[in-house]
Amino acid sequence: MKKFGALLVGLAFLLVGLMPSAGFSAKKGIVIGFTMSQTGKFNSESKEQFQGLKLWAEQVNAKGGIYVKAIGKRLPVVFKYYDDESSKDRVQQLYVRLINSDKADFLISPYSSGLTASAAIIAEQYGKVMMAAGAASDSIFNKGYTHVFQIYTPASRYLTDAMDILSKVDPKAKKIAIVYENSKFAKAVCTSAKEYAEEKGFNVVLFEAYDSGTTDFTSFISKIKATNPDAIIGGGHFADGETFAKQLFEQRVKVKLVSLLVAPAVPEFAELGKAALYVTGPSQWEPLARFRKEAAGSKGWYGPSSQEFIKAYKKAYGYVPGYHGAGGYVAGLVLQKAIEDAGSIKADLVKRALERMAITTFYGRIKFDTGKYYGRQIGHSMVYLQWQEKGGKMVKEVVWPLEAKSADLVYPFSKKY
Amino acid sequence: MERGKTLFWLIPFLVFIVALPPVTGSVTLREGIFLILMYVTLASSLNVIMGYTGYVSFGHIVFYGIGGYISFYLMLRDGMHLIPAMILGGIGAALAAFALGEAVLRLRGAFFAIATIGVNEAVKALVNNLNFIGGAEGLFFNFSVYKAYGGAARAIWFSYYTMAAVTLITVVASYLIKMSKFGLGLRAIREDEDAAIILGVNAKRYKSLAYAASAFFPGMAGAVFFFKAGNIEPHDAFHLIKSIEMIFMVMLGGYGNVAGAFTGALVYERLKGFLLVNPLFKNLHMAISGVVLLLIVLFMPQGIIGFIREKSKKLRGVLE
Amino acid sequence: MLATWLGAVLNGTLLGLLYGLAAIGLNLIWGVMNVINLSHGAFIALGMFAAYFMVHSFHLSPFIGVFAVLVMGVFLGMATYFVSLHRIISAPELSTLLATYSVSLVIIGLGTFIFTTNPRAIDVRMGALSIGGTVLPMTRVLTGLFSVGFILWLYYFLYRTWSGKAIRAVSMNRDAAELMGINTTITLALAFGIGVALAMTAGVLAATIFPFTILSGGGYELKSFVICVLGGLGSPLGAMIGGLILGLIENLITLQIPTSYVPFLEFAILVFILVVRPTGLLARR
Repeated sequence: MKKFGALLVGLAFLLVGLMPSAGFSAKKGIVIGFTMSQTGKFNSESKEQFQGLKLWAEQVNAKGGIYVKAIGKRLPVVFKYYDDESSKDRVQQLYVRLINSDKADFLISPYSSGLTASAAIIAEQYGKVMMAAGAASDSIFNKGYTHVFQIYTPASRYLTDAMDILSKVDPKAKKIAIVYENSKFAKAVCTSAKEYAEEKGFNVVLFEAYDSGTTDFTSFISKIKATNPDAIIGGGHFADGETFAKQLFEQRVKVKLVSLLVAPAVPEFAELGKAALYVTGPSQWEPLARFRKEAAGSKGWYGPSSQEFIKAYKKAYGYVPGYHGAGGYVAGLVLQKAIEDAGSIKADLVKRALERMAITTFYGRIKFDTGKYYGRQIGHSMVYLQWQEKGGKMVKEVVWPLEAKSADLVYPFSKKY
Repeated sequence: MERGKTLFWLIPFLVFIVALPPVTGSVTLREGIFLILMYVTLASSLNVIMGYTGYVSFGHIVFYGIGGYISFYLMLRDGMHLIPAMILGGIGAALAAFALGEAVLRLRGAFFAIATIGVNEAVKALVNNLNFIGGAEGLFFNFSVYKAYGGAARAIWFSYYTMAAVTLITVVASYLIKMSKFGLGLRAIREDEDAAIILGVNAKRYKSLAYAASAFFPGMAGAVFFFKAGNIEPHDAFHLIKSIEMIFMVMLGGYGNVAGAFTGALVYERLKGFLLVNPLFKNLHMAISGVVLLLIVLFMPQGIIGFIREKSKKLRGVLE
Repeated sequence: MLATWLGAVLNGTLLGLLYGLAAIGLNLIWGVMNVINLSHGAFIALGMFAAYFMVHSFHLSPFIGVFAVLVMGVFLGMATYFVSLHRIISAPELSTLLATYSVSLVIIGLGTFIFTTNPRAIDVRMGALSIGGTVLPMTRVLTGLFSVGFILWLYYFLYRTWSGKAIRAVSMNRDAAELMGINTTITLALAFGIGVALAMTAGVLAATIFPFTILSGGGYELKSFVICVLGGLGSPLGAMIGGLILGLIENLITLQIPTSYVPFLEFAILVFILVVRPTGLLARR
């Protein structure tokens, strides 16, 4: 009997860890809560985003914090975060914990649209403002959430510029093959791209998905070749996009434009060597994109310039950031601006400030939809980059939009053979 | 102590756990316990086919996904209430298991394990391509769905109580199955299938029924979980690693034992929760889980409850 | 049109050989000790990273370094056997499944911590062959040839050397082999070591063709299950033929149906064959 009692006590004791830690002291800082994917498939993107966010917090805290008018002093930023393992299982649990036990004032979303949608329910329920930093899907923004604000250009506008570029440089090129990874993000992007292409009078000769785990595209590429397209657009995430680009090169595919999601924007794409040459792709932000303070006017500009951001990031982490890093930083920056504008850390006041916001940062314009797609990003637009060769080295150049370009587009793609 | 008293402490203990969040009013606690309850449901139901019958269903999560998808689709398309949708999800999962069982339960040992992995991966790949249930994009609720339950806050409490009810039913059912003549037949199959057949056990029918029963409850758990999560995607619904976690829980507590599956799920959830949040271990929690699992398999294959049963004859009656 | 089909056949063959090599270690371990090695994919991923460091730190061609990986793999595999499997080698399947799975958790967990899940690629450029309008990169050709080479070596080892014969003896009847004076412990460890070494070898070769992450082994592991079931257990030849079938299926079917259905077909085939002919397509009745 004694042993049995001990067993029961032991089992009950396990629950102790679940108890929220009691007692909280007076407000010493602004608590920002989030989960990141320290393990699992989103690990690399999530980590870079976190680094950007952390850089922002360090810079803010070095100045003593964010000035809050209602209190009349600067409040430092405090992070609370956990690992969500890139899986939906614990996202809600951890966000509830962040809000209730860690007393988070503001939230940053997990990486990816699926995890963000789960976290959004919790944020919405407690009326906490959540900056969606790694979620590009449109579909979460017409679901009735009123506290989620998107930093990225949404999926529906990711690849549409490719058609605009093509119309501009070669009005005769009309045949487009759209091939994409069978994943939530890529499918949303490519479905919108297809609609846009057809609207603009292009002929979509192939519209086909490939499985996420695909490593060998050889036969698929033969199939694409058979339709004889002028341009190939699509892709998905890094690994498949990189593989696809590599095999396009190996198979000597002669098309005029290749535009892929995600992969070309990642610096490691250069590991492909010549296969990377002249591949274009959309990017949320590029170090070379020249959004200038002067163009925005002194009033609309907020935060550091591109050069300042890149320099600080490089100093902290040793390399030039990609757009995930910039996105993380800007998520913090936008929140900071909203808190300053609201003069308070009350969620509804900050929400109101976000609704009104129309600023330009080194990352581009920021403005949020307040209509049916509440919280969706409508200010920011993509830039297009192309891998070019300079002095024997592979470099990313911005080729679109024309006002932000750092080099001219090399056209056609098949020039490289 | 007498035999057959396991539920006498297990049920009150479960009720005690379930009552903690409403009594303390802590939602943080509720989220933790929701997950524990779900794990207890998954482990207890897997125990029926794996522990009692001896068939290691490695891709068992497929039934959780099927139940989740069926109910989510019904709730989204027809605006069905969670409870009927959940029951239909459970029935769908059970029917799928029964049909599947007729084919794959002929396989034994490792072949069965591999076949179930294959089934899970095939279903996942298929769902990825079916556009009417969202394909790779998955399905999303509109936030207003929760209005029917009195707002999101209420809806989450409601899903908590629903999960609690599912868990209680699962634990009781898994106990009753074990103690019934049916359960005896299953255990005979586990010990020696050929001998059981000679003794007059309709092994084929028994196995299929056990498989269906062990699929019914995960189907319902999936329904509740994805209702609460607000969206469902193939990647989350048919997550093979979660299957293996279920097996881990059953092993940890004690194979074929009702109290064992319960204890295993509880200990596993707490262990993982601790590792994830602890600053020292959170980068290495996956590797540490691996080491712990290995130590259990090597040195305590009978699990926690099995270990106690070995050490104490008296407690055997209450730990079945 | 004909050229397209020819290309698909050629490419499917080369890739199929690599798949065969990737599966053969799993098949050997399964056949000899009745253990399904769930850490198989993790070891393939380790092989990929070995190739990465070979190229980036030592500037060594993966096609030379692969032999070093083979030797290291044998020792790594033997060590893994003694740590995780030796105690429970006679226990029910569940124990060995979980033990090898826990090894995989440790490898992937540490790997994620050290390397992150960032994709990596090695750029081995060796030109290409052109056959009838089909371009075959040299790396693929070499990978196919090396795979055949390793499979032949395994044959030679199993049928011509004393240790190999011991492994076969142990796989037929462990007790009888013990009575004949074979040290079964060492033999089993060696078999596991060779299985792991071949997995890592396949990883090195795959890395020369495809970009990868620490999680990439999982895909090959699932494919290996399909291959083992196709070819039947315990025979290296079966694994090679299973691999070829899978490589050809992937390449030829893609030409006819949407590519995204390929994984569904693969696993449907797996389940179907298990149910209809669990001993594999090639097994004698």
